[in-house]
Amino acid sequence: MSDAVVITETRTLPYSFTLPVIGAAGAFFGIFVGAAQGSTLMGIIGGAVICAAIAWLALQVFGTDQEKTFRWAIVAVAAVAGFLLGGLPGLVVGALFGWFIGWFTYWIGRSRYRAFLPPYLTGGQVLWHYSFRVLCGAIFVFLITPILVVMPLSFNAENFFTFTPEMLSFDPEGYSLRHYRDFFTSNDWQQALWNSVKIAPMATLLAVSFGTLAAIGLSSEHVPFRRAIMAILISPMIVPLIISAAGMYFFYSRIGLQGTYLGVVLAHAALGIPFVIITVTATLVGFDRSLTRAAANLGADPITTFFRVQMPLILPGVISGGLFAFITSFDEVVVVIFVGSANQQTLPWQMFTGLREQISPTILAVATILVAISIALLSTVEILRRRSEKMRGMSPS
Amino acid sequence: MKLTKTLLATTALTVSAGAVAAQEMADSMTLVSWGGAYQNSQQQAYVVPYLEMHPEVSVTWDESSNEAVAKLRAMNEAGNITWDLVDVVAADAIRLCDEGLAMEYDPEDLLAEGDDGTSAEDDFGDLIVSDCFIPQIVYSTTFGYRTDMVPEGVEPPSDICDVWDLETYPGKRSLEKRPINNMEWALLCDGVAKEDVYDVLETEEGQDQALAKLDEIKDDVIWWSAGADTPQLLADGEVFMGSTYNGRLFSLIEEQDQPVGMMWDAQVFDLDGWIIPEGLGDAELARVKDFVKFATDTQRLADQAAYISYGPARDSSAPLVGQHAELGIDMAPHMPTDPDNSQNTFVYNYEFWADYRDDIDAKFQSWLAQ
Repeated sequence: MSDAVVITETRTLPYSFTLPVIGAAGAFFGIFVGAAQGSTLMGIIGGAVICAAIAWLALQVFGTDQEKTFRWAIVAVAAVAGFLLGGLPGLVVGALFGWFIGWFTYWIGRSRYRAFLPPYLTGGQVLWHYSFRVLCGAIFVFLITPILVVMPLSFNAENFFTFTPEMLSFDPEGYSLRHYRDFFTSNDWQQALWNSVKIAPMATLLAVSFGTLAAIGLSSEHVPFRRAIMAILISPMIVPLIISAAGMYFFYSRIGLQGTYLGVVLAHAALGIPFVIITVTATLVGFDRSLTRAAANLGADPITTFFRVQMPLILPGVISGGLFAFITSFDEVVVVIFVGSANQQTLPWQMFTGLREQISPTILAVATILVAISIALLSTVEILRRRSEKMRGMSPS
Repeated sequence: MKLTKTLLATTALTVSAGAVAAQEMADSMTLVSWGGAYQNSQQQAYVVPYLEMHPEVSVTWDESSNEAVAKLRAMNEAGNITWDLVDVVAADAIRLCDEGLAMEYDPEDLLAEGDDGTSAEDDFGDLIVSDCFIPQIVYSTTFGYRTDMVPEGVEPPSDICDVWDLETYPGKRSLEKRPINNMEWALLCDGVAKEDVYDVLETEEGQDQALAKLDEIKDDVIWWSAGADTPQLLADGEVFMGSTYNGRLFSLIEEQDQPVGMMWDAQVFDLDGWIIPEGLGDAELARVKDFVKFATDTQRLADQAAYISYGPARDSSAPLVGQHAELGIDMAPHMPTDPDNSQNTFVYNYEFWADYRDDIDAKFQSWLAQ
């Protein structure tokens, strides 16, 4: 802990507080070890006793002078114990546990948890301060775990969605890139990828052009029925997808667009337009109308004004809307199943049929690749958003 | 006979015959199938050789057999048939035929005669269960079990009623989430004779009797809805035994090397085959007919068995069944129709289920929710 930002002095707390708290943490971890070894109760008791003993050793025998040595010792002992109980994975988990309990002992025992908090906080407030953070972390884990589980499974050497014993013991034999190889060599998957790559950018281009124009038009005050038109334009976001899809299917069949590339592109553009309208409208709120008047005053016609003055300023909104439109088209499965034919089979469609007919980890490999692409795209959106905020901060409002 | 000659001519004189054929036949086809290993077997056994003979033709696969009935209805309503040939199970073919969505055909005209000279009608025999249904394969729904989860000192399960024997064979079971097959098996294990099963199942009491039998294991059942579920559950060791299509179990055992054994007792036979959608254009229809004649001949159906363990629908194909294309093992002992495997079989009754499916389905679903 760096001393520079310490607000409250730390001190060694009485054992009547330290030992029960650390013991409780030990009991919590003991549940897992105990359950794995056959007796939950023994695990709880053992965990509590061991951790309380560690706490006493740390604070009484070693103290802060030998903190480093002691904490490394705990890591080593826990790692060895973990190895004896559960092999290689046990070693990793044991080492992590040792690191945590060593840190936790000094954090609690030396009241370091107060170090960065104002000294006037009551015990309850301090407790809430940390429980709030733990709670947020738990929610985050809840949201992210399904995605995280997929990633290691995609390196499975078996043909099933199963963590094999080899995988759990970190045996390199248990892992392979075969499902990635399958994705890159299989005709079906490559065709699907190629279709997605052909459809998504076109749909994005259409969505961005129409969406931006609509947003600009709807943001000028003299357009009648602005709210009603806006509501209709963003309705594809609100109407259940299956309804839009069935409607599009029958309409497109009648006019000969069903089962064509153009049909799928148009359908996806319709789904993407609401995102563009919303993001561009939001950017336009910060756009200063006097700039267009100034441009007109200097002799620019409306088109020049749009491209030279307005567009550069709302560009971040346009791009982030475009990215959302792109992801929508890239991830969309319902509409394309209705509107497309087998020739327009996109990645999500292929994943859908693959998941139903053949539970093959190739889907997980594709999912991992898509997650990586999505993360890249969303990071771009976030960076653009910050930039736009900065720009808005500079422009007079 | 005349058509057979034309076909032979096409085979012999690929170039000239192909050029003639191209004038009257469409040069692209959309085939609908189930995906996975089964579709691959069709691709290898029928489509690849057909395309070698007709290089001008292109084939697109659509993996939509699961929702074929609904999609054909929608296509028919929209007046826009985009499929040329659809692979469906026999029950769906009967429904599609009744609704006028599938084309009725004349076996003598559309299908090639057997290579031993039997007429197509005799060669396929009873398997042509509907005027629209062009049979390809016989498959069965049967049980697989984890060999390493059989308790020590106990014989592996070999009787359908072992599914109900939770004491000897503890562990979860996976069963299909629909009444078909499960109700029949339940009655068989509740002392009903095989020939009486459908008579009993016609009555309310009989249905209740079957559900009561299923109640005995309900807490230990994981219900599946896709053919890939049970293999996954078995590979995970999540269930001790489960029902699925025999080809899936073959692939799990022989191709994926999982510790799983087959239990053929009381396997339920079912059929899978093509239907031609009603309302194709002349050129499309001519192409599809040409393809179907080729793809259902004796040799092609026998070839298919080299890629998947489903029995060919033609009697004349059975002696030609050879070895697995990659593993090189004999396929005959893995066929559901093999004498050793079919000592005790059960034939799915299409008429019964066509009449009673909706009622029993509703009853089964409400029982599931209890």
